Amino acid sequence: MSEPLALSSGSEAPSATDGARTLPSLTASLRRSRTLTEALTAWTLAGPAVFFLLVLFFLPVIGVFVIALTDWQFGARTLSFVGLANFREAFADGGFRTSLFNTVIYVLIVVPGTLVLGLVIALLIESGKSCRPFYRAIHFLPFMATMTAMAIAWEALLHPTIGLVNQTLAAIGLPTANWLRDENTALPVLAVIGIWQNLGYAMILFLAGLKSIPKDLYDAADVDGADLWLDRLCTVTLPMLGPVSMFVVIVVALRAFECFDTVKVLTQGGPGHASEVLLYTLYRESFEYLRTGYGAAIAVVFLAIVVTLTLVQTRVMDRKVHYQ
Amino acid sequence: MSFITSANFLWRPAAILRHAVLIVTGALILAPFVWMVSLSIRPPGEIFRASFTFWPAQFYGVENYTKALTQAPLPRSMGNGLIVCSLILALQILVCAPCAYALAKLRFPGRDLLFGMVLIGLLLPHQVLSLPLFILGYQLGILNTYAALVFPYVVSPFGIFLFRQFFKTIPDDVIHAARLDGLSELTIVWKIMMPMALPAILAFSIFSVVGHWNDLFWPLIAVQDRSLMPPPLGIMAFMNEEAGNDYGPLMAASTLVVLPLLVAFLAAQRWFVEGLTRGGIK
Repeated sequence: MSEPLALSSGSEAPSATDGARTLPSLTASLRRSRTLTEALTAWTLAGPAVFFLLVLFFLPVIGVFVIALTDWQFGARTLSFVGLANFREAFADGGFRTSLFNTVIYVLIVVPGTLVLGLVIALLIESGKSCRPFYRAIHFLPFMATMTAMAIAWEALLHPTIGLVNQTLAAIGLPTANWLRDENTALPVLAVIGIWQNLGYAMILFLAGLKSIPKDLYDAADVDGADLWLDRLCTVTLPMLGPVSMFVVIVVALRAFECFDTVKVLTQGGPGHASEVLLYTLYRESFEYLRTGYGAAIAVVFLAIVVTLTLVQTRVMDRKVHYQ
Repeated sequence: MSFITSANFLWRPAAILRHAVLIVTGALILAPFVWMVSLSIRPPGEIFRASFTFWPAQFYGVENYTKALTQAPLPRSMGNGLIVCSLILALQILVCAPCAYALAKLRFPGRDLLFGMVLIGLLLPHQVLSLPLFILGYQLGILNTYAALVFPYVVSPFGIFLFRQFFKTIPDDVIHAARLDGLSELTIVWKIMMPMALPAILAFSIFSVVGHWNDLFWPLIAVQDRSLMPPPLGIMAFMNEEAGNDYGPLMAASTLVVLPLLVAFLAAQRWFVEGLTRGGIK
């Protein structure tokens, strides 16, 4: 791309003095030094980023794997390699198994809930012309609000005696509960908060997906006699939203697996271990109990889950690109 | 044609239903915000009395917000949040933009390897790295300082990725012209590419600032001093201190922490949606 320019400017000066014989070798060496300069410039420009990527991402990842194979406790002077003992302990340990199980339950509530509500709200917003930005903004608010602060608001909302939730339920004659202190409700309530937080995000992705459906598909559906709203939804809209939905599922699942703030503020994993999730266990083992080796093993399990999901996501994205 | 007739036919019931459902879901979404603000202006006596009214009989906002600002100490936390977020963002742009330029516009051996590193970096959740980063911070002796809050985020793989994508759309001719004018590559990055990449910078800035303003996980690990806590950690400490009983000031503090981002969001909705959704997609 830059070759012609560089060639002409490089070849003019020597051609005036030297004969034609030295010209090719001269331009060749000129070009070689140019590529060398370019490589040098590139690595200089990228240098700081490369350094920090190595120190802040790659070494730590290797570190996590190594630490996971030791019995090290933070602050201890000695450590020994224990192989996969930490992983064996984790999977034999009721606490970790509960945590993993809770996380899966949490994800299994949050993902479908977010998907369905996000889709319904997106369809409703898109089905009319009025107040679109208004509804979109309102439903998107929780996604960017500081979750720690909103968790405190949720705690007040769910307060057993003065909370709005129980007041409302009592007023219409439904049974109330101590939502965050009851083993049976703590995790589902956290999942509802998770849905509350993420559905605006799903909605935005679905709105973008709806915009990209070609209008002539609806015309074709009309010709085929699908003129009822429900027919058009089932024959055109939903199938065309397939790739987006798949994408929403994975992105929301990733966010749900990373649930931490609400657990830390609202339940601390309790009552008992009823709302203990993976990231909270990771935090507690690593930084409260300082069981570094064991914490690292949990981090490795967490990493495996997240990487698997992300790789599935990339596959889905690739297929979506081919599909279009 | 069919669109118009069906629109006419369906307008009244369908449109009313649409508004009805969206107003209900919208109200449910807003409930925690409204309840938070409502409690933040109530006196202690009214908080523990069951009522559905938003506005209290006795306005107690001044007392609650004063208490949040003086006892929490919220101004300090929010100042910390501002310092940490700006430092992180400035360093990220400083480190990521030149690298992204090299990846987008220069040809050099190892380029694919470097891009591969960026993609792997995108894949790694930060919480997994927290243990080694904690140890690194400990070895460097910077735990419990501003540096501890900032250093893990100096480079952002997502930033490099986003800037690279954007730089690739800028025509090479622009760069050739700049080179002929005798500009160095670094000058090209800052004087030519960055002004043209403003949309990408804005989207990335929102992604970065929202993420780090809201982050609880890493600050919880990195700092203990009350004077260093960013907003989420600050209100959590305030909550634990007050044993969660003094709801008024606590809700006032929460409102104040959420407010800056909400106002910014309402002022620049499109950019927020752009920045945050692209961020999730990575």
